[in-house]
Amino acid sequence: MRTDREIYYPARTVENSPMRTTKRNTYRNILIPLASVAAVIIIWQIVAVYVVGNTFKLPSFTEVVAAFMTDMFGSRGTLPEDIAVSLYHFAIGMAASLIIGIPTGICMGWFRDLDIALNPIVEIIRPIPPLAWIPFAIIWFGLTHAAAGFIIFIGAVFPIIINTYTGFRNVPKVFIEAGKVLGCTKNTSLIRKIGFPSAIPEITAGIRVSMGIGWMCLVGAEIFGAGTGKYGLGKNLWTYYNLHQMDSVVVYMLVLGVIGIIIDILFRHYVNKQTVRWQNNME
Amino acid sequence: MSVVSVQHVTKLFARDEGEPTIALKDVNLEIEEKQFICIVGASGCGKTTLLRIIAGLETTTEGAILLDGVPVEGTDTDRGMVFQEYSLFPWKSVIDNIAFSLEMQGIPKAERRQMAEKYLKIIHLEQFRDAYPHELSGGMRQRVAIARALANDPKVLLMDEPFGALDAQTRNVMQRELLEIWAETQKTIIFVTHSVDEAVFLADKIVILSPRPGKIEEVISVDLPRMRDRTAPKFAEFRKHILESMEKSAIIR
Repeated sequence: MRTDREIYYPARTVENSPMRTTKRNTYRNILIPLASVAAVIIIWQIVAVYVVGNTFKLPSFTEVVAAFMTDMFGSRGTLPEDIAVSLYHFAIGMAASLIIGIPTGICMGWFRDLDIALNPIVEIIRPIPPLAWIPFAIIWFGLTHAAAGFIIFIGAVFPIIINTYTGFRNVPKVFIEAGKVLGCTKNTSLIRKIGFPSAIPEITAGIRVSMGIGWMCLVGAEIFGAGTGKYGLGKNLWTYYNLHQMDSVVVYMLVLGVIGIIIDILFRHYVNKQTVRWQNNME
Repeated sequence: MSVVSVQHVTKLFARDEGEPTIALKDVNLEIEEKQFICIVGASGCGKTTLLRIIAGLETTTEGAILLDGVPVEGTDTDRGMVFQEYSLFPWKSVIDNIAFSLEMQGIPKAERRQMAEKYLKIIHLEQFRDAYPHELSGGMRQRVAIARALANDPKVLLMDEPFGALDAQTRNVMQRELLEIWAETQKTIIFVTHSVDEAVFLADKIVILSPRPGKIEEVISVDLPRMRDRTAPKFAEFRKHILESMEKSAIIR
């Protein structure tokens, strides 16, 4: 928990302290990473062309770039549609897991009896790998976007429940008592005015973890046929494998990775903006 | 008429095995309006328990607390409390912490901030209006906690070793400031401390609790003019008397 939070809301470190000059920052934080990425690409290209020499086993960097242009902008390329559909699946799953996970976590964290009642159920369902739900996802939801969303939901909901629960469990007693003597006495107001803001660091850390898991589940769900079966990054990654177009498979792998990072960065940026003012130097 | 009346209060804490612990036994206390009362005693004598019962954070096993003649039940806004631990809400700025009780009354944001301004001025932290608690020193945090409790306009201000976590220097400054706030707001204050020096410096009346079971050993009126001089012979006499009284109760048990 704690380490997660530290990664999440980075404290002032040597890198971002105002003592360093901007020039040095640019050099260390931009040029070195760019150089190492460039080195990997060059090695990849050399190995693919001169060592492996087989596009099927290892497509070269230039072939992958060409495949990206065809998939993205070519008349038969479906990459834009695939991105849109996969993000749609992801949105369904995340929305459902937030709507169900946060209230469940709050109830379990705040009310002792509900904790005792729900805990065994959560602990029994939680270890089932999300992809094991695919048969029932398809039977219950059919070949729809909701079926893929359901698998993402299964993967994403538990980190949200558990972190919300932990956050509410760890609300300092003195905050609750201070609230009570200041006229905040009903359970609903205590949850809203004291519990929730106090638990926000844990809840957001849980959402971040769950988005990572949800994005991984997305690929499996689409490969195994959850979804409408036409578009989707996982779905068409598998299509290109069946067509033995491995350069396009690499394109889809990289696109999945890049979108995963972008989602994480956007979320982190948003959360930091909202809570960093009171979060950063908390003892 | 007394504003707070503690009547035959007994408090037992159940234990897993054996007899329950008697925290307080038949405690009776009358507190007049605008008085500054200090409750002193060794640790474990039940002084914090008594304060928490008055606040409504604990229930009595027997007896009752009357506020203006009416028995109290649970917490309410007529009793403000300042805790020993830092209790400011870290997600709220100083002004919004002070205005929290007004928020609970449903007063709109702009208006309640306006009202909280008055208490910000009392604690002399106007320039920290928009700061967050983690940006304040320990002494500042407790000043904000006092302002937050006062913003409710309670009849009684309950303080549970509020300066216990502060260094000696800051502590003395805070004691002076508290007396100024008390003079300005005309509140009744019940202040729990284990520091005899602090009690003699602050109180109109000092209540000495003896431990196990907690009961009132002695009530002493301190009739020295304020601000009191800690080095004056009279001050030392009071301190000596109270220390002896506390020691005596400790030896008997």
